[in-house]
Amino acid sequence: MGTSLPINPAGHPWATIVALLVAAVLFGAAPLTLAWAWARFFSPAKPGAQKNATYECGLQAAGDAWVQINIAYYLYAIVFLVFDVETVFLVPFAAAFTGLSAGACVAMLVFLLLLVEGLIWACQKGVLTWT
Amino acid sequence: MDQDLKIELSKHGIFTTTLEELYNWGRKNSVWPLTFGLACCAIEMIASTMARYDLARFGAEVFRPSPRQADLIIVSGTVTKKMAPQVVRLYNQMPEPKYVIAMGACAISGGPFRSGYNVLKGIDRYIPVDVHIPGCPPRPEALIHAFMTLQAKIDAQELTGESRPRHLHADLPSEFPIPDFGEHGLEPPQNDEVFHNPLKVLEG
Repeated sequence: MGTSLPINPAGHPWATIVALLVAAVLFGAAPLTLAWAWARFFSPAKPGAQKNATYECGLQAAGDAWVQINIAYYLYAIVFLVFDVETVFLVPFAAAFTGLSAGACVAMLVFLLLLVEGLIWACQKGVLTWT
Repeated sequence: MDQDLKIELSKHGIFTTTLEELYNWGRKNSVWPLTFGLACCAIEMIASTMARYDLARFGAEVFRPSPRQADLIIVSGTVTKKMAPQVVRLYNQMPEPKYVIAMGACAISGGPFRSGYNVLKGIDRYIPVDVHIPGCPPRPEALIHAFMTLQAKIDAQELTGESRPRHLHADLPSEFPIPDFGEHGLEPPQNDEVFHNPLKVLEG
């Protein structure tokens, strides 16, 4: 052979790698083992019903943490359209009212009626009353 | 190790210690209190963590928002009977080893509200208190002094032997019974295993 491998006293060409591997594992495992042993003898676990209970600022936790909440976001979206978006469109409508054609007025009234229908529907759903 | 030998060695620039001392040194310089204020004393507690008094010098500036990460509960203020079960529950939820500073006249005895129908006459009726601070409210210096007293106590704790702290005794509980907020105050009125009535101690 033209190239020569580094001379290894242990004989096998992989011996250095194995030695480094063992050293690396020990380097990681030794502190963990020491910490575990120290905790085992000088900081023993003392679990209890209250200690393991859910932390709720000192109060007794009520119910389960996995609660499903019905947000019903579409109701907010409809009411937002009725009270906010409608106003935004009403301002240019009022400003250009005298110069509008009959067709444009009808189109705008249809738009208003649709939103009023939404308002009536939301009213019937009881969205506008505090529960 | 013999104390004289230790001093002699240190004169020659050789530092000796034990694992116990090293462990306690680390513990006493990283006491993390629970973010927990009850009344006006809490304002003084907050002031003691700010730049003027700077509790950070004692390694205790990290007020933890969860009892799981706290070593110390500072009962800073009036403990009403309605609040007492919550204080005991919070103490129970802290991991061992844990310490209690009763800050101010209210926390140690009920203070000016002692005669009130709704005030607990000292938190030491339910949980073991390590350091009591008198004052109404105590100044931040007093709280810092309590911290130093607690540090001295931690420093002197032995990990082995009969005098080792409570959490190293396997048979002693880590939780204390939570009183019930009943119709006529707290039931029971005190935990007799924790509370030693000073009047009865004087008599007996």
